[in-house]
Amino acid sequence: MELRHDAVIVGAGLAGLRAAVELTGKADIAVVSKVFPTRSHSGAAQGGIGASLGNEGEDRWEWHMFDTVKGSDFLGDQDAIEIMVRDAPRAIIELEHMGVPFSRNEAGKIAQRAFGGHTRDFGKAPVKRACYASDRTGRVILDTLYEQCLKAGVRFYSECILVDFLVDSGRVAGLVLLDLATGALHTISCKALMLATGGFGKLYKTTSNCFSNTGDALSLALGKGLPLQDMEFVQFHPTGIVGLGILISEAARGEGGILRNRTGERFMERYAPVIKDLAPRDIVSRSILREVLEGRGIDGKDYVHLDLTHLGEKAITEKLWEIASFARIYAGVDPVGEPIPVQPTCHYMMGGIPTDADGRVLRDAGGAQVPGLFAGGAQVPGLFAAGECACVSVHGANRLGCNSLLDLVVFGRRAGKAMAAWLEAEGKEWPGPAKGDDEAKENIRQLLAADGPERVPRIRSEMQDVMMQHASVFREEKGLRLVLSALKDLEERYRRIGLSVRDRRFNSELIEAIECGHMLRLARAIAESALFRRESRGAHYREDFPKRDDENFLAHTLAFLEGNGSFRLEKKPVRITRFQPVERKY
Amino acid sequence: MERLFRIYRFDPAKDSAPRYQEYRVEAAPTDRILDCLNRIRWEQDPSLSYRMSCAHGVCGSDGMRIDGVCALACQRLVRDYGKDPIVVEPLPNFRVVKDLVVDLDPFFEKYRSVKPYLLPAGREPELERLQTPQERAVFDEAIRCILCACCTAACPITSQNGAFVGPAALLRAFRYLFDSRDSAPQERMAFLDSPDGAGGCKSHGKCTEVCPKEIDVRKAIGRTKKRIFDAKRSGT
Repeated sequence: MELRHDAVIVGAGLAGLRAAVELTGKADIAVVSKVFPTRSHSGAAQGGIGASLGNEGEDRWEWHMFDTVKGSDFLGDQDAIEIMVRDAPRAIIELEHMGVPFSRNEAGKIAQRAFGGHTRDFGKAPVKRACYASDRTGRVILDTLYEQCLKAGVRFYSECILVDFLVDSGRVAGLVLLDLATGALHTISCKALMLATGGFGKLYKTTSNCFSNTGDALSLALGKGLPLQDMEFVQFHPTGIVGLGILISEAARGEGGILRNRTGERFMERYAPVIKDLAPRDIVSRSILREVLEGRGIDGKDYVHLDLTHLGEKAITEKLWEIASFARIYAGVDPVGEPIPVQPTCHYMMGGIPTDADGRVLRDAGGAQVPGLFAGGAQVPGLFAAGECACVSVHGANRLGCNSLLDLVVFGRRAGKAMAAWLEAEGKEWPGPAKGDDEAKENIRQLLAADGPERVPRIRSEMQDVMMQHASVFREEKGLRLVLSALKDLEERYRRIGLSVRDRRFNSELIEAIECGHMLRLARAIAESALFRRESRGAHYREDFPKRDDENFLAHTLAFLEGNGSFRLEKKPVRITRFQPVERKY
Repeated sequence: MERLFRIYRFDPAKDSAPRYQEYRVEAAPTDRILDCLNRIRWEQDPSLSYRMSCAHGVCGSDGMRIDGVCALACQRLVRDYGKDPIVVEPLPNFRVVKDLVVDLDPFFEKYRSVKPYLLPAGREPELERLQTPQERAVFDEAIRCILCACCTAACPITSQNGAFVGPAALLRAFRYLFDSRDSAPQERMAFLDSPDGAGGCKSHGKCTEVCPKEIDVRKAIGRTKKRIFDAKRSGT
């Protein structure tokens, strides 16, 4: 049976679902998700979504824009950032109208709170810009958007893995899915395909990300000659629960929480004298690790304390219920009376599939032609991306808290609109069933039959260890070269893996083998891009090049995977409109 | 230290009956049960099937019955279980697909049946609809629900009456029925007022006992029933 939809969206987090809502009634669409849609990792977002509503005092989109540009260490494209922050208030009101249960202030309006890097008057003082629903903001928006999709009758393919997407004569033609329950492979023809698959924090040992965040779609894009942009910029959230990496929202500091070292000192006063604990994440993560390196971690160990004890039980219960529960269960501490042990945890990928501000995937730096599957023009006809898997770029070298959820709903909607326009222009004609699915199907058959001596869990955990050690918060050439040689060895071993489960139904061993192959490739993209950027900017800190170097590196990185398996790096200009780069201090 | 796990195994396509398989796992007291399952799957037996994703009690994927109680495997730690073996079984009240994986389609079907979306009246205002913190507080606990199905799996009424909509769906119905922005309470109450709806609940409270997000599901259903009762009495 031939499966066919006008448009297919891969990923049922906020970006994918927001695009789906936009397309309902306009086209025959389907949403594919690795997990049941409400299990998507957008649901783990806690603290808030940023918009200059001004419900708690004056705020302006220009200030939001300035903060975002400065937070990005001047690497974000300012035209895209302006689109996002100007659209933010509308986007929030729209979510409220859909039913999102935002927390409220005494006036009955959407409540707002302070967050890292959010300031008034171009950096003068903290401002309350984060709209929130307790500390489960992502979860309730996810639920609401899913429920809007239910209301509209959107077709879902749940628990299906994207195995490949198909391109015919340079245009999107369809995709191949693996249905987890049956193990069957399905080919779906489509005219428009949107990748909204989220992040890939599972490349690192300590992460706030879920098991599904393995970046399969980005690796597939690389394999088709498409570039990945700014892959060296990996955000480590300062406050993950020690050991596990489970996220303790920045909202904890937005509500007044304080980071302390072994002496009880509020050390952020030394690193960011103006906004202290509310400095952006890259700065706080580095500061924590500096404290640890200089022996001021708790008991001399590799973590510090997040102190909420002065907030009182009522505020913690009302505004931070989830994180209090995480602290009790996973750290064994009650934050009402004791500090939470925290350390940086891999949280968010600033880089991804380059797109324009309407989600159209871009295949080059603009201008020059590049060899590969796609011919003609800088866009890939019919291919769209939005959310964490994409790079617009609004986050540049470091994302501000609350700008992720905003990015998802703003650019998810815009991608949906662009897809609708694309489908309209394409007309009703169908070129026939998508071809080219043989290779993906053969790959799965081969994997299922693989009987080599190497084991996927071992390879994966070695990759996660080496990435954590040498490609995380602090980097230098020696360590990055070590990573690359380790990855080369791991990729070699991956070619000799063996699987023991031959049955296709609910075969997690097979899924994890597929994911591991993708992650090894993405790890290399990160390490190669990090090696290429011989400066420090935002989340990318090179100990051998500790200064920002605007003369040589005020540019995006594009990483292309060449036919011979090596990476080629290029620079792409940053678009600067309102704010010229200056030294970044808080 | 080493712990003994006794895990339910069943592949309906191959096995005539379920069986239990034992595994010894090296586990720290603070390890999650999910960590132990992963260790079993990665190091001993890749054929074991279960769902998981976020691993910290937010996504709702890994609901299962651990030592007889429905819970999330990522939210329970080894130290929560004093005695060996730790018995792990699929959620009851659902058809087993494979091992610890159950068919949740009927669960989500029932959730859909309660119209789980806001049904507002009139034109949308230019800005947000106003809602006081007190109005919102009424359903603040209910929006913690992550649809993990533990409550419905533990519900004695669900096990007797397959048509009963179940506690998770009723909680979602409560969330919208008591949202001051919703204007379809009559419509909602009409379909909730039946033995397969809120009327079927006999307040056993198993839902509240097992809820991983500490939601008082029984109380929410009770308030729904009372609201239906009051509406009928006042004839509105």
